[in-house]
Amino acid sequence: MSEMFSRNVPDSFDVLKEITIGIAGCGGIGSNVATSLARCGVGSLIIADMDQVEITNLNRQYYFQDDIGKTKVDALRTHLLNINPDLKIITHFGKVTRRNYLDLFKNVDILIEAFDLADEKKWLIEGWMKNQPTIPIIGGSGLSGLGRTQMLKVQKSGQLTLCGDQESDMSEGLIAPRVIMVANMMANEAITQILKDQKS
Amino acid sequence: MITVNNRDQLEWSPNMTVRDVLNHMGHTYSLITVTVNDKLVEDEDYDSFIVPDHALVSVFHLAHGG
Repeated sequence: MSEMFSRNVPDSFDVLKEITIGIAGCGGIGSNVATSLARCGVGSLIIADMDQVEITNLNRQYYFQDDIGKTKVDALRTHLLNINPDLKIITHFGKVTRRNYLDLFKNVDILIEAFDLADEKKWLIEGWMKNQPTIPIIGGSGLSGLGRTQMLKVQKSGQLTLCGDQESDMSEGLIAPRVIMVANMMANEAITQILKDQKS
Repeated sequence: MITVNNRDQLEWSPNMTVRDVLNHMGHTYSLITVTVNDKLVEDEDYDSFIVPDHALVSVFHLAHGG
């Protein structure tokens, strides 16, 4: 076992290194979920996003001043490999659409929904549930504003897990603490589901 | 009796649809995902999908932000 993961949850390394997780969107949710999954020892990530890093992203997303102007997928790939050089990463620079998402994420063990807009969250979650009914999807909804930590929850039904308060809207502003908390709730759910599946 | 979001209990009635459940629960959000007994029910089926007695109904509200 790699020394890097010697303090991981016992017996997790050999399972997680064989796992592939897809992440649709590399903004506040996606970049922070990816970072946590890399630190946990997930073996492969497929990351997709159409944007470049802007200075307004730096208040909550896992990017740095010298990333500005780079594509998010390339910048994130660099950071993830700095955490774990053995991580396998497939990047897709471009929009995730109804036409391409099944192909982009066809071999994943779990899909992370990390879009900005609610209507996009809906088509991805429901499209995935219809077309990949045995593969879990974990989404984020309601991570805006400040405070209300006790409102953050995990709701599950079948293959769908949704993290967040399901109420706050990005018109309240998006700032690091709540965004990163929800992202890490999602990463925690992903890892937990994988390890539970392995035991059952 | 049906259970909504693992919390609320609602008296079941014959021919109760997903739309009836949403109306009873006062859901006004425009962007939601609904499951009945862990299976997705699509928007276009809210008025026709009959919720069986003892069903577990989950309503997920999707808010902007990511």
